[in-house]
Amino acid sequence: MSFTLEAAGLVKRFGKTPALDGLNLTMQPGQVMALLGPNGAGKTTFVNLVATLLHPDAGTLRVGGIDVARKPAAVRRLVALAGQSAAVEPTMTGRENVFMVARLFGASAGDARRDAAGVLEQMGLTDDADRTVRTYSGGMRRRLDLGASLVGHPRLLLLDEPTTGLDPRSRLELWDVIRSLVASGTDVLLTTQYLDEADHLASQIAIIDHGRVVAAGTPRELKRRAGRSVVEVRVRDLSALERVAATLTAIGDGPATIDRPTHSVRVALGAGTERVFAALRPLDDTGIAIDEVSVRQPTLDEAFLALTGAPKENVT
Amino acid sequence: MSSIAIAPRRGNAAGLLVSSGQIARRVLRKFVRSPQLVIVGTVQGAMFLLIFRYVFGGAIALPGTSYVDFVVPGFITTGVLFNAMYASAGMAEDMSAGLIARLRSLPIPRSAVLIGRAVADTGIQVWGLAITVAIGFLIGFRLHGSWSAALAAAALVILFGFVFEWVFVLIGMVAGSAQAAQGFALIVFPFSFVSSAYIPVATMPSWMRGFAENQPITVMVNAVRTLTQGHPAEALLGHPTSYFVVRSLIWSAGLIAVFAPLAVAKYRRG
Repeated sequence: MSFTLEAAGLVKRFGKTPALDGLNLTMQPGQVMALLGPNGAGKTTFVNLVATLLHPDAGTLRVGGIDVARKPAAVRRLVALAGQSAAVEPTMTGRENVFMVARLFGASAGDARRDAAGVLEQMGLTDDADRTVRTYSGGMRRRLDLGASLVGHPRLLLLDEPTTGLDPRSRLELWDVIRSLVASGTDVLLTTQYLDEADHLASQIAIIDHGRVVAAGTPRELKRRAGRSVVEVRVRDLSALERVAATLTAIGDGPATIDRPTHSVRVALGAGTERVFAALRPLDDTGIAIDEVSVRQPTLDEAFLALTGAPKENVT
Repeated sequence: MSSIAIAPRRGNAAGLLVSSGQIARRVLRKFVRSPQLVIVGTVQGAMFLLIFRYVFGGAIALPGTSYVDFVVPGFITTGVLFNAMYASAGMAEDMSAGLIARLRSLPIPRSAVLIGRAVADTGIQVWGLAITVAIGFLIGFRLHGSWSAALAAAALVILFGFVFEWVFVLIGMVAGSAQAAQGFALIVFPFSFVSSAYIPVATMPSWMRGFAENQPITVMVNAVRTLTQGHPAEALLGHPTSYFVVRSLIWSAGLIAVFAPLAVAKYRRG
């Protein structure tokens, strides 16, 4: 059985700037993979290569075992793309939009009509199907765009930042739709800057930075790699932060980080929770007034920072 | 949001005919459903025709022909350029909206998108031609040649529309946004005004006349003018009809030979 996606040493340059710099990635059938990375990491470039919109400069890229550079036409039958902007025609109705794409995928007029109705139902747009798209909300347009890419029965669906710019409610609705796709057996490769999105939707996450995969695995594995647990201490008095940080650094896995606005210090522990008590004992001896101590699993946010070293402001 | 099983994918993607047809249908729908385009375009064309006929026309005396017979063929021919501005704006809009990326990722012949658009835009040109001709007849334009020559003139105008389609679609793709495309499309003004479309080139200063006499719009306008006006126009312009028709066909072939491959190459590269 061939991989859904297989990239080896993939390079794509724009002028002299490498957008992808030897990217390696494999995706098994039956997966939802999230490409996570800051702006400019190469996520969209990778998706555009898979969609055959760009040609790789070096390396190989296969979709379902088919080489993208050699047989782009065959690859276009396997993939469908929903890009960053909703690529739907505002002067046509929802139904006309999906019907057109179904026809372009080769369906007969009758099949296209039936498939369009099915997709609109799946996207929850049946009631609005005969209104022109210019009357749709942003979330409805994205769902329609997603439906239009599904109507060709792709083996691999490419979603490039599917929820960017949506309000929280539309975002949750779109998540529901994507989950139902996965349940019906479509492989999905999605890019996102939102860590919680990757965490909620993906079974596999590849973290991309500077055109390479810097870490890949399940959300759990990646979190574990950032340390097995995190101790966070909130102090009453700002002036005590440095002393607490020094104490925590001594027992932590790597330096403790200070977050002034919340009066707190965080450190990742490499080993089990037994070290937590060792960590807190010296703090107790200092007599610093402590408001709150918590021990928790690392968030994907922390995993991301630990694995890329990217400055936080690049990540939403 | 229930999950519905979609039938397994069929083997064959759409052929050139079906896919071009779907693209053309979309472009036409967009035009017909944008009343501002249809109405503004029509009103603007009518207004300029009336201004030229009744405001400037009185000051322009021509030997052997009336100004309305002289200027309406000019309007009919240059109307092609102004309608083509719509094609460049439409193409630029599709690029920036991600629609072209979507279409390029579909398993359809890559030429289908440009062919479909060219067919639809040519249809829009025919509409524009019909309106201008109708208004022309209302304000006193008359044929002074044969009906078959007039039909040949109409066919030439449609051909010119198809020729400029490629130029303006390329402009649209290079511009990248509808506004930039409108800006680039301003090149229609020197080509339409510094030509024989609205006044005889003989009144222009000599340096300008050199450009006006040799640029394609003048040749195309004069071909349409001599086909619809017969001898008076031939006498005024100093050459027989065939002189202009042959040259306009050569210009058309040359422009297509240069701009169609450029547009296709630009589309392929994205």
